[in-house]
Amino acid sequence: MREKFIEFRNVSFRYGDNEPWVLKNVSFDIYKDEWVAIIGHNGSGKSTIAKLMNGLLYPQEGEIIINGLPVNDKHVWEIRKFVGMVFQNPDNQFVGTTVQDDVAFGMENRGVPREEMILRIEEVLKAVRMEEYRLTEPHRLSGGQKQRAAIAGVLAIKPEVLILDEATAMLDPRGRKEIMQTVAEIQQQSEISLITITHDLQEVVKAERVIVMNNGKVWDEAKPREIFAKKDELRKIGLDVPFVAVLADELIQNGIMIKNEPLDHDEILEELWTLHSKM
Amino acid sequence: MNNAIIIGQYVPGNSLVHRLDPRMKITIIFLFVIFVFFANNVLSYSILTSFAIITTAITKIPFRFILKGLTPVWFLIIFTFLLHLIVTKEGIILFDILGFKVYSGALIQGFAISLRFFLLILITSLLTLTTTPIEITDAIEDILHPLKKIKFPVHELALMMSISLRFIPTLLQETDKISKAQASRGVDFRTGPIRDRIKAVVPLLVPLFVSAFKRAEELAMAMEARGYQGGEGRTKLRELKIRKLDIYVFLVFLLVIAGMFYTRNY
Ligand SMILES: Nc1ncnc2c1ncn2[C@@H]1O[C@H](COP(=O)(O)OP(=O)(O)O)[C@@H](O)[C@H]1O
Ligand SMILES: [Mg+2]
Repeated sequence: MREKFIEFRNVSFRYGDNEPWVLKNVSFDIYKDEWVAIIGHNGSGKSTIAKLMNGLLYPQEGEIIINGLPVNDKHVWEIRKFVGMVFQNPDNQFVGTTVQDDVAFGMENRGVPREEMILRIEEVLKAVRMEEYRLTEPHRLSGGQKQRAAIAGVLAIKPEVLILDEATAMLDPRGRKEIMQTVAEIQQQSEISLITITHDLQEVVKAERVIVMNNGKVWDEAKPREIFAKKDELRKIGLDVPFVAVLADELIQNGIMIKNEPLDHDEILEELWTLHSKM
Repeated sequence: MNNAIIIGQYVPGNSLVHRLDPRMKITIIFLFVIFVFFANNVLSYSILTSFAIITTAITKIPFRFILKGLTPVWFLIIFTFLLHLIVTKEGIILFDILGFKVYSGALIQGFAISLRFFLLILITSLLTLTTTPIEITDAIEDILHPLKKIKFPVHELALMMSISLRFIPTLLQETDKISKAQASRGVDFRTGPIRDRIKAVVPLLVPLFVSAFKRAEELAMAMEARGYQGGEGRTKLRELKIRKLDIYVFLVFLLVIAGMFYTRNY
């Protein structure tokens, strides 16, 4: 088994003593170099989980351990050194007046020497394909470009885990595609754990494991294909089922044999094509 | 709309003046502003005027553009001149318009004061024309650095300035969007009686403020997540460096000032 990197042990959280519990007895593990997707309806507690992983919030009950360190006041700055986070709103996390200044922000906070910063900026901007925008101001960038700059800023601090909290939710389809592609490349090329938080089932297909949240509880934990197969139940907990999955269902209902739950257009095409060729 | 509003009117370029260290520019301008008040005759004024005009020429920013930028100030300059014509009663009477006497001293003094005024405005506007706001911020942070000893929050001030600079275009974009959205609902604050217009600004400002506060909250969280803990132990990517060029320019400036003082006694 791979090494555990993040452990949630019976974590419960609420935003105030008189507020309802937002997370109820949540437990899961995330391993080194793994890609986990967390999915759930709006308000199911996903962002709260993300903030707990970075010490922006502390749980009232239970324990969170990251890289062997319990998340608490004593370790929080240490933990932030290897937990990188990208938020939903592209504008409200862009601190610098240019892309390069923004990418540098995290490094500046950690006291990285200037020469080193210059090298790393070049490296990470290449990784997110933003080399040409080094000196561009944020208001001249698209949402997708701003998010890629944000990812670059996180990569620059060489984190061991990258958390994207609905980082594509405010983007147009093209921006979404850009980000998902960038993220997939990063996951392949580096040894980094990746946690993508989303409410869009289409975005979990590339993950190795999916954690489904519902009303502050872990509802399911499985491979994307297994999750996709539970369409009706997913609908019940407020998630949109992708077109491909719906199509596969209808085909099966009409007597067409589809063995593997298809995850995207190519896969369903493959199923149908092999089906046809066997006839 | 954003591209039309250039903060601080910075005009991009690569001239000698653009490339000078911003601290050097601020220092020179500061000294110039003081020394303008020492000029006292045609020659000393000519030296300072030549300096200002040559510097402007070096920036390669069209004169017409700069003069247009000074439009609101022209009024003040002319007003000062006229005031002197009326008030000052020195020298000989040059001419008499309908019983109103214009003295030679008034003409000279009016001209000198207006020129002084013009030089001040011209040279200070060169700073913002040739220096990006962020460079000015960095320079101010560096110049104020000694105040850290008396617990003056220099780093925080500079960070606030740079974040404001970063968000001004974003908030302008947002204002534009909201005002269009409100206009489509019939709220119009561009035309009509002043009272209606003021009333119409409210539905513009309220959502703008709400969103600005939300932005501030999220930004603070993002900054914390990115490891921001205040100015202690921070390194900086943007670096200010006094180079040979800056020293040479400063020496030239000192020569100009020396020349001005020398000609004062002529
Ligand atoms: N700062 C806060 N104060 C009080 N309640 C909050 C706060 N942030 C989130 N909540 C509540 O916590 C619940 C979970 O929110 P969140 O973790 O943001 O869910 P998600 O990211 O899955 O949409 C929601 O019901 C939300 O209203
Ligand atoms: Mg959320």
